[in-house]
Amino acid sequence: MVELSELQKRYGEDLSESTFRDNRRLVVPAAKIFDVLAGLKQDFGFDQVIDITAIDYLEYPDAEHRFGVVYLLLSVSTGERLIVKTFVDLPNPQLPSVYSLWKGVDWMEREVYDMFGIVFTGHPDLRRILMPDEFTSFPLRKDYPLQGRGERHNFPVITRAES
Amino acid sequence: MPLSLVDTQPHANSESKEYAWTLNFGPQHPATHTTLRIVLQLDGETVIDATPHIGYLHSGFEKLGEHLDFNQYVTIVDRMNYVSPVANEIAWHHAVEKLLGIELTPRAKYLRTILAELMRIQDHLLNIGAVGLDLGAFTAFLYLFQQREVIYDIVEYASGQRFHCSYTRVGGVLFDVNNDWVEKVRKFVREFPKVHAEVHKLLTRNRIFIDRTKGIGILTYDDCVNMSVTGPLARASGVVRDLRKDEPYLAYGDLDFKVVCSRGGDCYARYLVRMEEMLESLKIIEQALENIPAGPVNIDVVSDMVLPAKPAVYRSIEGLIQHFEVIMPNRGYPVPHEEVYAATEGPAGELGFYIVGNGSTRAYRVKTRPPSFVHFSLFPHMIRGHQLSDVVAVLGTLNVIAAELDR
Repeated sequence: MVELSELQKRYGEDLSESTFRDNRRLVVPAAKIFDVLAGLKQDFGFDQVIDITAIDYLEYPDAEHRFGVVYLLLSVSTGERLIVKTFVDLPNPQLPSVYSLWKGVDWMEREVYDMFGIVFTGHPDLRRILMPDEFTSFPLRKDYPLQGRGERHNFPVITRAES
Repeated sequence: MPLSLVDTQPHANSESKEYAWTLNFGPQHPATHTTLRIVLQLDGETVIDATPHIGYLHSGFEKLGEHLDFNQYVTIVDRMNYVSPVANEIAWHHAVEKLLGIELTPRAKYLRTILAELMRIQDHLLNIGAVGLDLGAFTAFLYLFQQREVIYDIVEYASGQRFHCSYTRVGGVLFDVNNDWVEKVRKFVREFPKVHAEVHKLLTRNRIFIDRTKGIGILTYDDCVNMSVTGPLARASGVVRDLRKDEPYLAYGDLDFKVVCSRGGDCYARYLVRMEEMLESLKIIEQALENIPAGPVNIDVVSDMVLPAKPAVYRSIEGLIQHFEVIMPNRGYPVPHEEVYAATEGPAGELGFYIVGNGSTRAYRVKTRPPSFVHFSLFPHMIRGHQLSDVVAVLGTLNVIAAELDR
């Protein structure tokens, strides 16, 4: 079991921890996220990323930052889980990619980029994954309406004669 | 050229290999089964690279989840992995109940366990049948589909819907089951092993089937861990991990079953793991069915977060008031301002939901952790260096459901 005090000794005092039900969460400043994740992988046995996701806190009460990015880590041998969370803000939401640590995060980071516009620097192939390449917005942001902004009507249409 | 583990081969890009063919596989192809597209780079019949393109079925399920309440969203969750719909519903309400802090009644736990295992069998049936079908074994597909029909009947009897049943609710299920339903499941448990044995005879030692699956699409233990593989795929590569054992939820802690593993890591090992898992699921169903506790199936008597049973709504004013309080958008109940991740062992792998609550009865953010999404991203890694005809074998045993992939 990874102790918070040990992590604070290595990465600084601004790491914090909270627990809800059986979920243990570690909040890490965005500048240190890569170092902390690399350390958790190499020295604390968190060898698998279950998922990466993001939350847009635009309408959330008392939120200080715009986006939260969540890494769900798992240690396969011990079964221990840890949620690592960090925050990024507009106008330039950016995080280092952890593709060099875990190959499985490839599409997870692409999905977060596609849906929220958070750029993972160092990702080898950061393209849109679910939405078409011509799409200009980030649909899971809270300022994007449920019914869209009419992008679909402006997609190029290929007729059978042109194809 | 001898087959080797894929990444050791020189990585091919199309500029340096002008002789390479490009083949577009899908989006509409009988062997993709659903709408997904792969662009293959071929050297003769050898696949030197593959690029999956997804998103053809993207319909914004996660955006919808922010606008529907916890009970309504179950109809959307159904449509993610439509091969085993109730497994998604159980995973969804498992996460919601963790957020709300609801402890189910023993009867609901057992009932959901039985349904989850029926869904696992249902998913594996389609998967094995479809792999057989793609590799030319048509008969096994028909035998297995016949059994899926029996499970559809069982689910329809319980929920009133054959396919997208929307059966679970926060704190329980829609209707309780009766003795006739129990008889139906017993009949299935009695008769299924015969079909299972027949499929074993048709496929397991079938020369063509072995030739086309053994040594194809190998995933090693390290690949599985590093690439986030879970479920039967990981267990076929020697990762001994099953959430039913490691983090027991529902009634799994009370029941006796084994975790099926293999060291092969190829398509044949994945087939064998799925075949054995069905028998283990059958064991779980039998134990849970014979020991299902009596008592109420929903916790509506003690909680104001849960829909009351229908007779109570129609026959008593208290039931009607509680129903109104839960259903009306301007009433609701307190939901913690918290975030929670809860996972279940879905038929294809770890199926989890990350929910952010903001005090209202609608989730602020719902993130699905779909196993297909992670598994399909491995496809280029698994297929490089194999033949074109192996594409369908690898794609089949990956068990990719495009609706879950794109959400």
